[in-house]
Amino acid sequence: MFNKSFKGLSTALISIIAGFIVGAIAMLVFGYDPLQNYQNLLVGSLGDIYSIGETLRNMIPLILTGLGFAVASKAGFFNIGGPGQYLMGWFGTIAFALHFSQLPGIILIIGALLCGALAGGIWSLIAGVLRAYFGTSEVITTIMLNYIALYFVNFAVKNWLAAKGSDSSPNIARKASLNTHFLQELTHNSTFNWGFFIALVIVGLVWIYFNKTRSGFEIKAVGINEAASKYAGVNVKRTIVIAMLLSGVLAGLGGAIDGLGNFQNISVSNNLPNVGFNGMAVALLAAENPIGIVFAALLFSALQIGGLSISVYSNTPSEIVEIVIAAIIFFVAIKYVFERFLKKSWLTRKQQAKKEGADK
Amino acid sequence: MSLTTILMTVFSTTLIYAAPLIFTALGGTFSERSGVVNVGLEGMMIVGAFSSTVFNLAFANVLGSATPWISLLVGAVFGLLFSILHAVATINFRADHIISGTVLNLMAPALCVFLTRIFYSGKGQTPVLDQSMGTFTFPVLSQIPFIGKVLFTRTSLVAFLAVLVGIASWYFLYRTNIGLRLRSVGENPTAADTLGINVGTYRYLGVLLSGFLGGIGGAVMAQSITLNFSASTISGQGFMSLAAMIFGKWNPLGATGAAIFFGLAQSLPIIGGYIPVLSHVNSVWFQIAPYAITVIVLVFFLGKAVAPAADGQNYIKGK
Repeated sequence: MFNKSFKGLSTALISIIAGFIVGAIAMLVFGYDPLQNYQNLLVGSLGDIYSIGETLRNMIPLILTGLGFAVASKAGFFNIGGPGQYLMGWFGTIAFALHFSQLPGIILIIGALLCGALAGGIWSLIAGVLRAYFGTSEVITTIMLNYIALYFVNFAVKNWLAAKGSDSSPNIARKASLNTHFLQELTHNSTFNWGFFIALVIVGLVWIYFNKTRSGFEIKAVGINEAASKYAGVNVKRTIVIAMLLSGVLAGLGGAIDGLGNFQNISVSNNLPNVGFNGMAVALLAAENPIGIVFAALLFSALQIGGLSISVYSNTPSEIVEIVIAAIIFFVAIKYVFERFLKKSWLTRKQQAKKEGADK
Repeated sequence: MSLTTILMTVFSTTLIYAAPLIFTALGGTFSERSGVVNVGLEGMMIVGAFSSTVFNLAFANVLGSATPWISLLVGAVFGLLFSILHAVATINFRADHIISGTVLNLMAPALCVFLTRIFYSGKGQTPVLDQSMGTFTFPVLSQIPFIGKVLFTRTSLVAFLAVLVGIASWYFLYRTNIGLRLRSVGENPTAADTLGINVGTYRYLGVLLSGFLGGIGGAVMAQSITLNFSASTISGQGFMSLAAMIFGKWNPLGATGAAIFFGLAQSLPIIGGYIPVLSHVNSVWFQIAPYAITVIVLVFFLGKAVAPAADGQNYIKGK
C-alpha cells in the first residue's frame, strides 16, 4: 500500500519536473527567460492575498471535474464528457437561479446547485445507461454528448434566458451569489467564494464513499474485474450506471459553483469549456486519488492564474503554461518508462545489498 | 431559386464541409485498424491547420494560386511529425492510448496559439489568407445537362480528391499485402508477430498515416473554410471525424460516406434558409443532428464488436 502510493507520488513529481523542463526549453528556444517567467508565475499565482484568492477559486471546477473523471475511471470508464456535464451544470444552475429568484437566498442557492448537479448527472447518465444496457462505448457517447450540450446550451441561452438579440443571460440576484461581501473584503476583491469549501467537503465525501461504503467498493471492484464482480454478486449494470451518474453530478456541480460563484451568468460560446479537459488532466496527474486531486488542482490552478501574469510582465505568450500542463500529462502517460527505471535502480540496490550481505 | 441551383448549392456546400472530415476520418481508420486508438485527431488537425496557414501567408506572393495546394502538403508533414508523439507514447512507452490522444488535444492548441503569438506580434490569430481554395468547375463534365450543373459546377475540387483518397485507402487496406498486415496487427498482434510481422512498424505506419491525413484535414479546414488560424479554427471537426470513422465501421469507404453525410448535416444550417421545407426548422437541430445520429446509430445498429479486436491494446512481446 505504502509502496504503491509512493510510486504514484514519485511518478507525479518526476512528471511535473519534466513538464517544467519542457516549458523552460520552449521558452529558451524562442528567447524568453524561463527563470524570470517561472518567478512571475509564482508571484502571480500565490504572491499576494488577491492572487491566492483567484488561485483557490480556480481550483474549484478543476477539483470537481477531476473528481468526476476519477469516479468513472475507478469503474473502468473513460468519461471525456466533463466539458459537456460542466456546461449543463452551469446552465441548469443559472436557469434555476433566474427562474426562482423570489426564493430566499439560502434555499435559492441550494436549489440552484442541486439543479446544476442534476443536469450534469442526467447528461452522463445517458452515457452510463447506453454503456450498461447496450454496450455502447462511453468514449464516443460522451464526446458526442459534449457537442450536443454545447449547441443545446447555446440555443437555450439565446432563446430562453437572454434578452432578445443578446448572447448572455442576465446576472443572477446578489443573494444567490456564492461570492459574498465578507470574502471579497478578505481577499481584496478576488473571485474567491464559498464554493471552495463545498468542493473540499465533496472531496472528503468522495474519499469516504470509496473507502468506507459498499457502493464505492463495488465501483472499484467492477473497474478492476467486471466478470469477477458479477460472479461475486455485484449488480454490474447498476454499478456502471451509478458510477457514470456520480461522475456527471460532480462535473455538473463544478459548473454550478462556477455559475453562482464566478460567472454570475451564462453566455453563448463557440467552444467547449476547457476546464472539463483540464479536470481530466488533474485526475490523471493525481492517479485518481481524491486527496491527490486537491494538490494537482492547486498546481494546475496556480499555473493558469500565474500564466496570466506571465504575459503581463513580459511578452511571453501565456499559452506556455498550457504547454507545461500538456507536457506533464504526457509524462504521466508514459510513466511505464520511469517506473521501469525506478524499479531497476531499486532492484540493483537491493541486489547489491544482498550481495554485500553474502560477502560478509 | 430553381431546383438545379438549390441542388448545386446543397451539393457543393456539403462537399466543402465534408472534405476536412473525409481526410481526417481516413487517418483515424488507418490508426485504429493498426490497433492504436486515436482520440487525438483534433490535435493533429489543429497542427495541420496552423502549419498550412503559416506557410500560405509566408509564400503566397511567390507561389501564387498554387499556394493552398502546397500548403496542404505542409500541413500533412507537420501533422505527421506531431503524430510521432502519439506513436512513441503508445507503441514504445505503453501509454494508455486515450490518455496519449488527450495529450495531443491539450498540446496542439497550446503550442499552435503560442507560436501564433510569437510569429504574428502577440496576436492570437493569423491574418486572413489571400490565396485560398475557391470553387472549381470541371472543364468538360460541367457541360453535361443537369448533372453537370449540379455535380461539377462551382464545387469543391479538394473534396473530389478526398473521395479518391478514400477509394485508394480502401484498396490499400483490403487489396494489398501491406494493408493486410496493417489490419492484422490491429486484430491479433500476437499471431501477426508469430508470422514474422513487425507489430511496432505497422502500428507506426498506421499512426503516422493518421497524422499525415489529419494534418491535411486541418489544412483543408483552414485553406477553404476559416481562411485563417486561431484557437477556434478547429472546433470539434476532429471528434466529428472520429465519429465518422466509427459510423463507417472502421472501413475507408464507410468513413468517407459518413463524413459526406456529416458534411451535409453541417451545411444544413447554412443552406436550410433557401429550402422551403427546412427554412422553418431551428438551426440548432441541424447542429445537433450529426452527433445525435451517431449515438443513435451506435446504439441500435452497430454492436460493440465491430472495432478491430486489438484496438487500444498495447502489444507487449512475450506476454
